[in-house]
Amino acid sequence: MQLVLEKRPERSRRMALLSPLLAILLTVITGAVIFALRGIEPLHGLNVYFIEPLTQIWSLEQLVVKATPLVLIGVGLAVCYTANVWNIGAEGQFTFGAILGGMILVLFPAWQSPLTLVMMLLFGILGGMIYGAIPALLKIRFNANEILTSLMLVYVVQFLLDWLVRGPWRDPQGFNFPKTITFEGLQLLPMLSGSIHLGAVFAVLAALVLAFVMGRMLKGFEVRVVGNAPRAARFAGFSRPRTILFCFLLSGGLAGLAGITEVASVVGQLQPQISPGYGFTAIIVAFLGRLNPLGALAAGLMLALSYLGGEAAQVSLGLSDRIAKVFQGILLFYILACDTLILYRFRWLKPQALAATQPAE
Amino acid sequence: MTDKDGKDHLLEALHIVKIFGTLRANDDVSLFVRPGEIHALLGENGAGKSTLVKIIYGALQPTSGELRWQGEPVTIGSPAQARKLGIGMVFQHFSLFEALTVAENIALALPGAFDIAALSQRIRTISRDYGLPLEPSATVGDLSVGERQRIEIIRCLLQEPKLLIMDEPTAVLTPQEADQLFLVLERLAKEGCSILYISHRLEEVKRLCQSATILRQGKVVACVDPRKETAASLARLMVGSDIHVVHPKAKPRSGPARLVLDKLSLAQDGPFGVGLRDISLSVAGGEVVAIAGVAGNGQSEFFDAISGEKPLARNEALLIDGKPCGRLSITARRRMGAAFVPEERLGHGAVPAFRLSENVILTRYASDKDLTRSGTIGRDAAANVAERVIKSYDVRKGKPDPEARALSGGNLQKFVVGRELDRNPAVLVVNQPTWGVDAGAAATIRQALIDLARAGSAVLVISQDLDEIFEIADRIAVISRGQLSEAYPASELTREKIGLLMAGEHEMREERHAARA
Repeated sequence: MQLVLEKRPERSRRMALLSPLLAILLTVITGAVIFALRGIEPLHGLNVYFIEPLTQIWSLEQLVVKATPLVLIGVGLAVCYTANVWNIGAEGQFTFGAILGGMILVLFPAWQSPLTLVMMLLFGILGGMIYGAIPALLKIRFNANEILTSLMLVYVVQFLLDWLVRGPWRDPQGFNFPKTITFEGLQLLPMLSGSIHLGAVFAVLAALVLAFVMGRMLKGFEVRVVGNAPRAARFAGFSRPRTILFCFLLSGGLAGLAGITEVASVVGQLQPQISPGYGFTAIIVAFLGRLNPLGALAAGLMLALSYLGGEAAQVSLGLSDRIAKVFQGILLFYILACDTLILYRFRWLKPQALAATQPAE
Repeated sequence: MTDKDGKDHLLEALHIVKIFGTLRANDDVSLFVRPGEIHALLGENGAGKSTLVKIIYGALQPTSGELRWQGEPVTIGSPAQARKLGIGMVFQHFSLFEALTVAENIALALPGAFDIAALSQRIRTISRDYGLPLEPSATVGDLSVGERQRIEIIRCLLQEPKLLIMDEPTAVLTPQEADQLFLVLERLAKEGCSILYISHRLEEVKRLCQSATILRQGKVVACVDPRKETAASLARLMVGSDIHVVHPKAKPRSGPARLVLDKLSLAQDGPFGVGLRDISLSVAGGEVVAIAGVAGNGQSEFFDAISGEKPLARNEALLIDGKPCGRLSITARRRMGAAFVPEERLGHGAVPAFRLSENVILTRYASDKDLTRSGTIGRDAAANVAERVIKSYDVRKGKPDPEARALSGGNLQKFVVGRELDRNPAVLVVNQPTWGVDAGAAATIRQALIDLARAGSAVLVISQDLDEIFEIADRIAVISRGQLSEAYPASELTREKIGLLMAGEHEMREERHAARA
């Protein structure tokens, strides 16, 4: 008997749904092995990591709070990747959005009006779009690889933020700590329930709107054709440069919105560290969600759980908080592997059929 | 004849079965090739010719069955093993590096270390002996398709093969080049080298081959001496029934010119592309004009220029119904009533992973009002169009609205052509309308093109298939190295004349004109 991988005539709709679930299952099994190797009872470890965070109200709220930026960024990246446009720098667009949105308050610290927040959000979106436009234009004009340019721009903007909060934007009454003034009152996002803020509504809205655009609108059709068959896209009259710019502006804008909502709620000020890598984790959100905006909504919750589980594992099991990154990496690995099964299937080749292909001695 | 004990055969393939998924590509196929004979392997596209040949050449392994070489059972695990036995193959699509020289390309295919100078000498000797003129130091990118084929043939001959497999070698040649090739093949056969000749061109096979194995749907249907058959009887064996004859001979109505090219030029795209030079042509409503030519002489650039995938510099170089549109996009040209069918179905004419109804939207979202409503897609309307095309053009499929890649080549071609015909376009431009399509589907498509023209549209067909061109065209022009000849009425042209034009006769004349001026 020999196991062969064989191309399916059409993509399997069943596997398209099963593949992310299979990937999660394999991740959990691998997690159990890792716990065992560290001398931790596997079931106990899995319970602490994946189950306990779902059993208390406060941690469920935290789940939504952490999923908010992941979903906002992830749905935009899902559109990008569908178009075969590889924006890896959402973390940078997130940061630049936070900087530009936060700038409003650094410049007008006493401005307290319903308009304050609107302006902050608009500038946050604008910041993300501007920062996303750079790799897009480099790609269109010079055919520079957007994976590299968008990724490297992340580090540029992180140093910019670092310099701003240590230098010109530092809070004068802040005892020399590297941070801006603390945002207050109407400068913060309204709370919905417990620690859940308005950003959660933005995330759900973004997922719903993009699901409609991608599924029902000509624009979404265009994005899918450009990503799927570039030659056919040209034949249909769809412009690839226009699509590249559209995708970067969309995903950059959403990442910028995520950035400003994060600093105007959870963080409450600008400081050197404003994200535990949401922009990178959102890449996994996009893939786990099958590049479908509604799928990204569910995937965002799953990866938010990996952050919470990491914190819990640190506290109760004494593991490094890097464990969250390990789980996220393993998950992405399995997703990409399982996706093979959508276009291919395993089949056992029978011995007699095999014999015909063996050398006849 | 001692067919069954096998002593007289160079190659025997016995009861070969090859299964891909649920498809039996070869179903109990047996083939016998004698030393020194030219043996034809005949069949329509998809009959299993390529599969069988790939098995013989070691590129595929049979699901079951046996190969015997000079009477001994063998397993051919790879093309390298096949070459070691003495089997050479010239593929339809050449695998050459365009930036390297002839000698370097040949050296790459030979095992072990090599000495370019010595090799060049051997190439010269062989090319002189067999009448295959070829300069070892020429860069492949500068050579014509016929010359490139010679490289592949010489590459095989260097290994002194006992069996040479030729996969549709004349598909890329002018009639004169084909005649030259036949002389070479006959001479090889006389020297004792067997040739397995794959083709679906019956006249050629009748003229060249001493025996023929005919495949239909993966099975051997007959083993005949083609010299004793007629083209019609061979065709009947290949197809399994009489082929529907296309009826073009209703007189073309000459209406006003609907598609006009006026000194259309397009710069060469990259070192191996073909530039277009001063192409002028006028296609009237009611007629079918065909562009003949050997592959790679600028046909795809010509198509891209007319469709608008590569917009032109001068707006007046192209007119549709009298309106200049050289600088307009393909979408704008479609809105003016033009429709286009490219050569490549999958990935160009259709998105492989999309359903047929979505592929309807691909080319018709701008010209059909009901397919889009304020930015949203009319999915029901698209499904209706797809259903109508499937019914009218007999597109056979496994399930109601399959993905484009799940269709066979012929059925997808019927869909892609039907999708445009269904719009009833004012101007239709088709590149290779029946490439890789079985005879039945080809007849359907050709008839539809003629019917569209007779209803008043202008139809422009780019094709490498001379039989097809003579079947449907009212006027014929020939493209060669990016230049187009005058369009002659089909009744005034012979194959010989077209062959001369393909070889660039009109270019030379124009250059003489230019020199005199």
